[in-house]
Amino acid sequence: MNNSAVASRGFDPAILYKALFLTIVALFVATPLIATVLGGFKSLGELRTNPFGLPKVWEWRNYADILFSWRYWELLRNSLIISTLSVALTLITASMAAFAFAHIRFFGSSMLLNYLTMGLLFPAATAILPLFIRVRDLGLLDSYFGVVLPQVAFSLAMSILLLRRFFKDLPYELLEAALVDGCSYIAYFRHVTLPLSRPILATVGTIAFVHSWNAYLVPLVMLNTDALYPWPLGIMVYQGEYSSEWSLILAFITLTILPTVLLFLLAQKHIVAGLTAGAVKG
Amino acid sequence: MSVQRDAVIASNFSPPPSAAETSSEKKFASSFARHSLRDGKLAALLLFLPPALLLFTIFVVLPIGEAAWYSGFNWNGFGRPTNWIGLDNYRFVFDSRAFGLAFRNNILIIIVSLLVQLPLALTLALMLADKFRGAVALRMLFFLPYVLAEIATGLIFSFVYDGDYGLLATVYRWFGAEAPHLLASPQTSMFAILIVIVWKYFGFHMMLFIAALQGMDRNLIEAAYIDGATRTQSLRYVVIPLLYPTIRLSVFFAVVGSFQLFDLVMPLTRGGPADSSNTMVSFLYNFGVTRMRVGFGSAVGVILFVICVTFAITYKRWFMRDE
Repeated sequence: MNNSAVASRGFDPAILYKALFLTIVALFVATPLIATVLGGFKSLGELRTNPFGLPKVWEWRNYADILFSWRYWELLRNSLIISTLSVALTLITASMAAFAFAHIRFFGSSMLLNYLTMGLLFPAATAILPLFIRVRDLGLLDSYFGVVLPQVAFSLAMSILLLRRFFKDLPYELLEAALVDGCSYIAYFRHVTLPLSRPILATVGTIAFVHSWNAYLVPLVMLNTDALYPWPLGIMVYQGEYSSEWSLILAFITLTILPTVLLFLLAQKHIVAGLTAGAVKG
Repeated sequence: MSVQRDAVIASNFSPPPSAAETSSEKKFASSFARHSLRDGKLAALLLFLPPALLLFTIFVVLPIGEAAWYSGFNWNGFGRPTNWIGLDNYRFVFDSRAFGLAFRNNILIIIVSLLVQLPLALTLALMLADKFRGAVALRMLFFLPYVLAEIATGLIFSFVYDGDYGLLATVYRWFGAEAPHLLASPQTSMFAILIVIVWKYFGFHMMLFIAALQGMDRNLIEAAYIDGATRTQSLRYVVIPLLYPTIRLSVFFAVVGSFQLFDLVMPLTRGGPADSSNTMVSFLYNFGVTRMRVGFGSAVGVILFVICVTFAITYKRWFMRDE
């Protein structure tokens, strides 16, 4: 009885089809990624004749040249500064506003919330030219803040919605008890809400970080100086300069996506949680 | 986890809920009435709201209003706009062959997203929602492209498509065929981009579906099996209907996302050759931003804005009324 069940499962064609299908999709996804990483280890000649296989001669120099170049680290530094500033500003401004919307009753509260959530509806590109002129008139062109402030402004809507929902789910008894004890809203926010909200702050922060780290259009429009470029701008310039030196470009791509992939592996829980929470309930 | 634990601890300090207090909302309202003046509600509001409101107004709302205003001028962005031309910029946009192509491409992206991407994501989600050896690893692999920057993705695929060194060219050579230059031909450039779009975004939709499947009440599916439903029947009549809210959401994201597509196009084709692979945003960038035709570019932005908002409102009204 038991044996036959196992045997029939082994020959179940449905499982075979499923395995085949999953394998094909996995190959479709993984092949370009693996070929990119390995391609960085090949000479240009070998890349042409053997783009799929393992390198016959491992060319560590491609990677070493980039790792020892000032430019690579400069790009990472710029990206890190811009993303960190974006995350910090997003978390501070969004969590304060979300707290007000979640816990303080005031006239026009729902109207203001609707006003802010309009930001979900359209891409930053719709207003990129007036945004450029505004940033220029504020004297922020070619500065980190010229990139950070628009990024934060456009990520506020989603962040506030996620945070407000979480804050609202914290028990009212907490707030009531604190108020009875003479605690102010501001102290309550700092000493109760924020410490209790670490999971959602991590989620919102991670999403803001990934968005800012990967962003292209806003930095492209707001920055003119190479020395301030975050890595997506820098890698485009690099690709332009070495247009058919694919070995070098592939090594460069690998080294720039490496931090993203590491971040993803570290924070995947927060990334997925934020996306699905924002999506399914938002 | 810790929130629940802390909440339990905290509730020990507050009076036990009595039967009279039916909703915590009511309770909150009464506490608010008693303490509002003393607790400096106004001070809190004045501290908490302005930063977000100011940032949002200055960098999101005002620029959109200004886009509408600037779109009436023939202006290069220097000095003040003076050359008022009314709706001419909109006429130039709609008369432009390149804009027509860009709009067509956005529609094409939507169609491929809905007909290829979402069914693929749904199929994979159904296969990977249950835990089995390798399921989690496959989920993460399929989600990985979504986390990569669009620029990196575009560059990786410009390598894949490269006529000399690319993966695709090598496959062609195995069969003794001439290597194609997909990205260099107006007939194939958009097709090549569509494949990259599927590669990059299907994992995101798969994750949405997996989250929904895992949040689903298993008893309903069990019940269907007990009532004698086959696997296909329970899928068709129980699981898929339960997924409708997520499917509607997924469609929404796919459409809104495809209107925004830009970063992926730049490293692959920059919208070329012969404007064959522009999206509306890359059209805006190529024709408005790089040449600083502020009025013209703003008109494109306003058109994009109107399309996005109209779609969002209509879709919400028609399909997402209950959510």
